[in-house]
Amino acid sequence: MNAFRQNHTTIQDTVIRWSMRFFTYAIVLGVGYILFDIIVKGIPAINWEFLTGFPRRGGSEGGILPAILGTTYLILGSIGVALPLGMASALYLSEYASQGRLNRMIRLAIITLAGVPSIVFGLFGLGMFVLFFDFGTSILSGSLTLAFMILPTIIVSSEEALRAVPQALREGSLALGATRWQTIYKNVLPYALPGMFTGSILGIGRAAGETAPILLTVAAFYLPILPTSIFDQVMALPYHLYILATQHPDTQKVLPLQYGTALVLLFLVTGFNLIAIFLRMRFRKKYKW
Amino acid sequence: MVMSPQTPTKIETLGLEVFYDTQQALFGIDTVIPSNQVTALIGPSGCGKSTYLRSLNRMNDIIENTQVKGIVKIDGTDIYTNGTDLADLRRRVGMVFQKSNPFPKSIYENVVYGPKIHGVKDRQTLDELVETSLIGAGLWSEVKDRLDKSALELSGGQQQRLCIARALAVEPEILLMDEPASALDPKSTARIEDLIGELRVNYTIVIVTHNMQQAARVSDFTAFFYEGHLIEFGDTQTIFTKPLNQQTEDYITGRFG
Amino acid sequence: MIFNSIQRKLLQDKAVRTILLGAASTSILIVVLIFLFLGKEAVPFISKPGISALWDSRWIPVSFQEQRYGILPLLSGSLLVTFLATIFMIPFGVISAIYLSEVAVKSEREILKPFIELLAGIPSVIIGFFGLVVLGPVIKSVFGLQTGLNALTGALLLALMAIPTVISISEDALRNVPRSYKEASLALGASKIQTIWRIVVPAGLPGIIAAIMLGMGRVIGETMVVLMVTGNAAIMTLNPLDSVRTMTATIAAEMGEVAFGSSHYAALFWVGIFLLLITLGLNIIAQRVLRKYQMV
Repeated sequence: MNAFRQNHTTIQDTVIRWSMRFFTYAIVLGVGYILFDIIVKGIPAINWEFLTGFPRRGGSEGGILPAILGTTYLILGSIGVALPLGMASALYLSEYASQGRLNRMIRLAIITLAGVPSIVFGLFGLGMFVLFFDFGTSILSGSLTLAFMILPTIIVSSEEALRAVPQALREGSLALGATRWQTIYKNVLPYALPGMFTGSILGIGRAAGETAPILLTVAAFYLPILPTSIFDQVMALPYHLYILATQHPDTQKVLPLQYGTALVLLFLVTGFNLIAIFLRMRFRKKYKW
Repeated sequence: MVMSPQTPTKIETLGLEVFYDTQQALFGIDTVIPSNQVTALIGPSGCGKSTYLRSLNRMNDIIENTQVKGIVKIDGTDIYTNGTDLADLRRRVGMVFQKSNPFPKSIYENVVYGPKIHGVKDRQTLDELVETSLIGAGLWSEVKDRLDKSALELSGGQQQRLCIARALAVEPEILLMDEPASALDPKSTARIEDLIGELRVNYTIVIVTHNMQQAARVSDFTAFFYEGHLIEFGDTQTIFTKPLNQQTEDYITGRFG
Repeated sequence: MIFNSIQRKLLQDKAVRTILLGAASTSILIVVLIFLFLGKEAVPFISKPGISALWDSRWIPVSFQEQRYGILPLLSGSLLVTFLATIFMIPFGVISAIYLSEVAVKSEREILKPFIELLAGIPSVIIGFFGLVVLGPVIKSVFGLQTGLNALTGALLLALMAIPTVISISEDALRNVPRSYKEASLALGASKIQTIWRIVVPAGLPGIIAAIMLGMGRVIGETMVVLMVTGNAAIMTLNPLDSVRTMTATIAAEMGEVAFGSSHYAALFWVGIFLLLITLGLNIIAQRVLRKYQMV
């Protein structure tokens, strides 16, 4: 039967291929433009005074040092809680857990937490830390709220790092009579730790960049003094940008400050993310099992 | 049957060499595959028979970092030139895989996939093609009332026959079969072997098999591969009773492999 | 009994196990606490002014005459923005995922993938800021509006933010399509593009749908972008060029000035509860689809 014409799809295929390229590169272009805009308009605002000085005149002049420090404290606080908690949880799930009901509930809880909107975390932090525990709007409340928010991320990436360690290492150790914990401590953790830390860096990026959770639990806008205790309020980069951009009356005057703040925040978060991506690539190559 | 200068040749390879990255899988293979006959490729695991098979429809092209040297002619034309129409080549040279791989679609959709790709649109033509192909694969009576059911619901043997029907639907001239029955039970295997005997009338068949009894039962000609080299080629009867090469005899009598 | 070193080791092992189990269980504890504390602050609203007050088309919580705590305009704002964002998110996210997974060459992928990950990492407040100072004015002039802060502007930026999620999960789905399908298709003479669109994508469709749902979940839950860019007018409308108010923005904007314990305060917690239920619902459905698909 000669019903078969030839499968001349080359032109059709080329059109489809290029359409697909269009959609893909359009995204790249969009991202690139945003980054370009922030960088180009932010750089003029960056100078030594901006980075190390205190805000003056209600934030329309001066520097953003308190915000940088505040974000730093929040990062340290949230990581201080989320990292040990997350790594311990990942260790349990990866090394000790059976298929029982409790473990399924734990996994369900983690997936659930990952899906909770950031503002709801803010509400939760408000209800529990600020009000119930009476910590007030403070570094403590903010750090704890952020910690709970990034916990799923840390657990998931830590578990991934643990699972990447070949089973053979564990079996060899157990076969020699070592206990579970000895096996993990000596034969699994050392290889998994780099990956676990890498995953945490992504968590740090999130903690540094989120506004909604700290909106209700810690952030102040104009605080030209540095915090003295964890019960103090603090400025933070994302919140600072938000207020500058939306509520400052003299928007024209502060535009360069807005861009400067945005650039500092972008630099911080992107810096963390790039380090994490880079480290992950390097570790994948190094531990090519 | 013995090959004579008058036996029409369907496929011819001259100095065929295949490299996966830097590793050479085939060394200077010269073969002549006669038309409308069943040629079996035997040899131990990793000897290159599947690689050879995949060179005949250029399916090696889709694996990264493969290199093919030499000439492969079908009906006298080299298929490794720049002007080769790959789509048409693969239509004319059908392939059945070791593990059956029906698409997750209906039985009907599986069989018409090929014809549709090659431009057949008329519903009636497609229906006829489906019936003819399924009859040719010996599956029609079992599925004719449930063509719209998922192909994945069929048994292993049925799925493999469906894959054969799928290949037949584009009206190939050559059928390449890579251990088509190795994953099947003896009863299904026997059915496939009978089918091969019937298909030989209209198609040139090249079949890779690790089962020597199968090769002896089913084929007219046999090629013995070992470690990437073609050791011996001849009509099946001779190969299995009076092989010319000592290595061939060792393999056939089970001394290795 | 004297504890020998083996028994000590076993005891230590047991202790470690208990500690780690405790750590892992905190996840469950946190989820419970979230519901608990949201509920605690929201409960007063049930007696005064009563749950049915939420079913109102007006959200006017601060008023001299009559306060209205209708959640409908906020819900409508969230839905409109999400719907629009999804319209942009699907073609760009899914097609890019297909391109990256099936068509792009290795070197291309190694440059593009980090770019997408970078996008995923940009803080939402920066995207919102960009919308405020760049995209908003552009939309304003293109459509000749009073202001560029509306549902459309928000939707465009939200789509951009959700696309990395869609790409990541869709890619997983496509990668899970058995290679044998591709081989069978190519062996029949189909081209690579034909194989992708006729075999691979249909086979990976459940995972792609789950990816879109997870993207939608991200969009609904996003706060800063909508707060800064959608205009904050609590109205019910289908017009993308109107300013709207989402549930997330409402909580963020009003919680700072609300009186603790007031009806307004409790109403905001109800908005939070609704928001949580919707996002969780989406995530659960998406996870179901993913799990069912992976079992096939």
